[in-house]
Amino acid sequence: METIGLSHYLILAAALFSIGVMGIFLNRKNIILVLMCIELMLLAVNINLVAFSSFAGDLAGQIFSFFILTVAAAEISIGLAIVTVLFRNRGSIEIEDSNLMKG
Amino acid sequence: MFADLIFYVFAAILLFSGMGVVVARNPIFSVLFLILSFFTCAGLFVLLGAEFLGLLLVLVYVGAIAVMFLFVLMTIDIDFAMLKEGTASYLPVGLLVGGLMVTELVLAAKAGVFSGEMVQQAMPVPGDVQNIVAIGQVLFTDYLAPFQLAGLILLTAMIGAITLTFRRREGVRRQNINKQVLTRREDAVEMKKVKPGQGLV
Repeated sequence: METIGLSHYLILAAALFSIGVMGIFLNRKNIILVLMCIELMLLAVNINLVAFSSFAGDLAGQIFSFFILTVAAAEISIGLAIVTVLFRNRGSIEIEDSNLMKG
Repeated sequence: MFADLIFYVFAAILLFSGMGVVVARNPIFSVLFLILSFFTCAGLFVLLGAEFLGLLLVLVYVGAIAVMFLFVLMTIDIDFAMLKEGTASYLPVGLLVGGLMVTELVLAAKAGVFSGEMVQQAMPVPGDVQNIVAIGQVLFTDYLAPFQLAGLILLTAMIGAITLTFRRREGVRRQNINKQVLTRREDAVEMKKVKPGQGLV
C-alpha cells in the first residue's frame, strides 16, 4: 500500500464529482435529488481545496472552502424555497412540468 | 500505516454513500446517505488537518442543510416512485458522461504536476497554534472584505427565501397592530343617553 499523497485525494474528489454529475443525469425528474447531487459536487470541490491547502501548507484553500460552504447554504435555502413555492402552485416537482418559459 | 488505512476506509464509505444518494429508491434514504457522506467527508478533513472545516461541515451541512432537505421532502406530498421512472433510459448517457469525467480527472491527477509525492506539510503557523485559531487570524484580517460579503450573501438568501415562501391568504383574521394603535376614541366609543327604565337597544 503506497503512502497517501495528494493524488489520492484528487482522485477521490474526481470520483465523487462524477457521481454527482451522473446523479443529475439519472434523477433529472426530481428537483430535490438534483439539488442533492449539486451538494455532492460541491463537497468534492471542497475536498480538492482542503487537500491542496493541506499539502501546500497554505490556509487560503481552507478559507476558500469556507466561502463555498456559505454559498452552498444560501443556494440550498433558495432552491428549497423555490421547490416549496413550485409545489404549492403546480402540485408537482417534476422538472418537465416546469416548462412555462418554453426553455 | 494507520492513517493510510483510515483514508481508504473513509474513501470507500464516501463513494458508497455518494452512490447511495444517486440510486436510492426513496428520497429519504438519499438524504440519509447524503448525511453519511458529509460525515465521512468531515472525517477526511480532520485527517487532512482541517479540524475547523470538519466541524463546520457537520454543523452546517448535517445540522442545517440535510435537516432542511428532510423537512421539504416530508412536507411535499409526492409519489416519489413515479419520479424514479425512466431512470434506466438515462443510465447509458449518465454512465458515459460520468465515466468520461472520472477517467479524465484521474488521468490528469496521475500524470500531471501533482502525481509526484508531495509531502503533507504543516500549516505555516507556529506549532502550538490550533487550526481554528490560524483560520481566525487569517479570516478576520486578510479576508475581511470577503467575509463581510459572505454575510451579505447569507442575508440576501434569507430575505429571498422568506419573500418566496411568504403568502398572505384571504379570509384569515389577523392582528393589524398599526390599525389598532391608530384607533381614536371617537371611532371606538359612542356616548348614549340612557333613559331611566329603558334598556339600550
